[in-house]
Amino acid sequence: MLETLLPILIFTALALAVIGAVRRIRLWRQGRPSRVNLLKGLVALPRRYLVDLHHVVGRDKMISNTHVATAGGFVAAAALMILVHGLGIANPLLGGLLLLASASMFVGSLFVARRRINPPARLSKGPWMRLPKSLMAFSIGVFLITLPTVGLLPDGLIEGSGSWLLALVLAGVVAWGLGEMFFGMTWGGPMKHAFAGALHLAFHRRAERFSTKKGGAGRSTGLKALNLEDEAAPLGVEKPADFTWNQLLGFDACVQCGRCEAVCPAFAAGQPLNPKKLIQDMVVGMAGGSDAAYAGSPYPGKPIGEHAGTPHGPIVALEGKALVDADTLWSCTTCRACVEECPMMIEHVDAIVDMRRYLTLERGKTPNKGAEVLDNLIATDNPGGFDPGSRLNWAADLNLPLMSDLKQVDVLLWLGDGAFDMRNQRTLRALVKVLRAAEVDFAVLGTEERDSGDVARRLGDEATFQALAKRNIATLSKYRFLQIVTCDPHSFHVLGNEYGELGGHYDVRHHSTFIAELYDAGRLTFSPWKGGSVTYHDPCYLGRYNGEFEAPRNVLKALGIEVKEMERSGFRSRCCGGGGGAPITDIPGERRIPDMRMNDVKESGAELVAVGCPQCTAMLEGVVDASAEVRDIAELVADALVERPTDEASGGSRRPAATTTAEEVIV
Amino acid sequence: MRPDLQQKQQGIDVAVLVSIGRHPTTGRARRAEQDARGLELALSMGAELPGTQISVLHAGSQDADSEAALRGYLGMGLESMTLLEQPEGSDAISTLADHLAATSPQLVITGARAERGEGSGLLPYALAEQLGWPLVNGLAAVETVENGVVTLLQALPRGQRRRLKVRLPAIISVDEAGPVARQSAFGPARRATFEVTATTPVADTELAQWHVAPARKRPKRLKIVKAASARDRFKAAASKAEGKGGQILTDVTPEQGAEAIYKLLKEEDVLR
Repeated sequence: MLETLLPILIFTALALAVIGAVRRIRLWRQGRPSRVNLLKGLVALPRRYLVDLHHVVGRDKMISNTHVATAGGFVAAAALMILVHGLGIANPLLGGLLLLASASMFVGSLFVARRRINPPARLSKGPWMRLPKSLMAFSIGVFLITLPTVGLLPDGLIEGSGSWLLALVLAGVVAWGLGEMFFGMTWGGPMKHAFAGALHLAFHRRAERFSTKKGGAGRSTGLKALNLEDEAAPLGVEKPADFTWNQLLGFDACVQCGRCEAVCPAFAAGQPLNPKKLIQDMVVGMAGGSDAAYAGSPYPGKPIGEHAGTPHGPIVALEGKALVDADTLWSCTTCRACVEECPMMIEHVDAIVDMRRYLTLERGKTPNKGAEVLDNLIATDNPGGFDPGSRLNWAADLNLPLMSDLKQVDVLLWLGDGAFDMRNQRTLRALVKVLRAAEVDFAVLGTEERDSGDVARRLGDEATFQALAKRNIATLSKYRFLQIVTCDPHSFHVLGNEYGELGGHYDVRHHSTFIAELYDAGRLTFSPWKGGSVTYHDPCYLGRYNGEFEAPRNVLKALGIEVKEMERSGFRSRCCGGGGGAPITDIPGERRIPDMRMNDVKESGAELVAVGCPQCTAMLEGVVDASAEVRDIAELVADALVERPTDEASGGSRRPAATTTAEEVIV
Repeated sequence: MRPDLQQKQQGIDVAVLVSIGRHPTTGRARRAEQDARGLELALSMGAELPGTQISVLHAGSQDADSEAALRGYLGMGLESMTLLEQPEGSDAISTLADHLAATSPQLVITGARAERGEGSGLLPYALAEQLGWPLVNGLAAVETVENGVVTLLQALPRGQRRRLKVRLPAIISVDEAGPVARQSAFGPARRATFEVTATTPVADTELAQWHVAPARKRPKRLKIVKAASARDRFKAAASKAEGKGGQILTDVTPEQGAEAIYKLLKEEDVLR
């Protein structure tokens, strides 16, 4: 009886899966076009899955091994089952492999089940709680029906006259497994992540994120430019169908593991954002419906079941509620912690900025100080509304060389808007002292410099960003320089990663990188560190955005400081709360993000926290009753500087003297 | 607002006069602060009184710089703006008065003072004189419109408000007491259109004779505060100086009033 029933079951499930897949693909294709090389993507898929994705999943060894056993077992078992039971190729070798695969899957599913006993808050419940049982049903079912095939069980046991009940039960178990694994995969069950996830990897909007055989695994963190020349092109995302099709596909790939939720600073601060819920809301919007079925943590302070949307309805309502509330979108600090953690490589920040663009450019609804800051950027080229002519006032006594006088230098020192901030002016003065000590040939743009456009862009005002960027690019094109050095990671990121699309290509370095290079070249000498214990706070826009984790630590090491790392450091560093215009939109929460970060510092036991970003300095120094001092790396370096011995040999002790001379020849 | 009042209200035709502003720090062209507040007032009236027709007028030349500034108003959610085209240095008053007389809106809203040009703040008064319409300055809110009578809230110094009933048509001018202008959005600003209307420009002969120079910062009169306690210091900082030796003239002829002002200006060394 099973021999006739099984092929029917398998092929029915497969046919239903195909129908579901077509329906799902049609949901994705509601999105806007996006140019992706489909074939190349599919060819790259195995590598992207096995190498790049696994690199992220592998950060949690337990779940990584569980997934290998379960998913590997399932893929093998499914393929073999179609051969053995579907097409009736009762080869004992295939049968044996099938037993092995389903056994592996069963072992994996035991671990999946164990994870579901008292699951952490970040995991979604609901249908995900039944998944381990479904996995077991599939693996046990397949295992048992395969036993007779390899002759481990007498045929008669199942085929016997009195065993039709057993056969029926077995068929039921297999049907359950098939239902979840094949049917559920394309009809929106938990297994959807496998189907959508694989295609998402293949057709990812940022192919540069993945490694190739030649290496790479580059970061791709710059926001994509809007086409402002074409007046018909939509400005940002109003409704789910305004996302590109592969963004929609990406949302569908979410496994609701909640790693993003666990690292999101806004969520931890009790602001109404949860990256996982946001992605699920986009899935709800894409398919149409309400969020009532969502079984994970809500946006803090926003009950589940009150929001609903359709593919062609607005995401943020003009009045009342739609799919998502605006304050959810404005809570994001664009720290990219969620993107960095996401095992499905989903791009949360892109989606948030896309939706912000619509709110700002079409609705004119940038909250709180947003409108004022944008007006200032338009009228005065800086967010504070200061007189652009006073950009260099802090350096009145420093006699800084100007690009407009020199025309050609090695290093263009980009000041950033910190030039108007009295705290950051101390950092800038320290940096100038360091550059002079190392006899670097540098100059500043002075009053020709404008805001890089970082804040405007992240507040969704692409028009102001592009206006600022184009004028900055025009200014920079007048001069010749080898590289740009800045103490502002936001300027660093925008100049280095986002101006390229608008025609400005520069070699940009963060001051910590540059100082590390100067030290390695023997151009700086430091007195030994006498202060207390020090920890280092990785700025998001330096670390996660640009992968620079080592240079600041190397500089601190050169200063003789042994860094006491915080629990969350490096690529897992917690945001200071200052990015993405978050201090401007200022969405209320239960706690402040910088308070939490200074608490991290306190837990590390450090008396001083070294930073490398004006935003981080401002945010962390704004913490009341902090246990640690906040110093920029440039300040620490400037304080430790000792007069370089005139003797060339001792100066070049870290490097052959000849190279040092060559270095100076370039100057 | 009571519902029975709401029912009697009807939308009216509102004309908003806008000029090209000048940013105080950089001098860049922008939407003028007060005019934008005036437009905000009109837009919020439009949201409350269905059937309100808002037309936006600008008298001036059409060039790239001014267009960018004017689009700042359009980005507040307008589909178009009427541009009464006239060359730089023309008198806007006669052009606007002619246009307003021809289109006869019931309410004209304007900023109290332009940010460039003469900036004398006389335009609302000159228009009111030419059209023979009442003028209310320092407007804070438009409360109701019923049977051709508008109830207005006028802002007086130190946060006081005065409720006025004015028969339409009328001109109202808006200063810093008006509602803060909403954000101007790029998309609507880019899509909106200009309806360019040709005018017969009248050269502003008086302005042409003037010598224009950047204003010098005038020294501020020192306020000597003799405060014994924190409370006194706070009072001194928070309150306006009490007028000493000032006088309130009531029921005097214009000549007497002018004479009193002239005498004060002489005393204060403003006129020599």
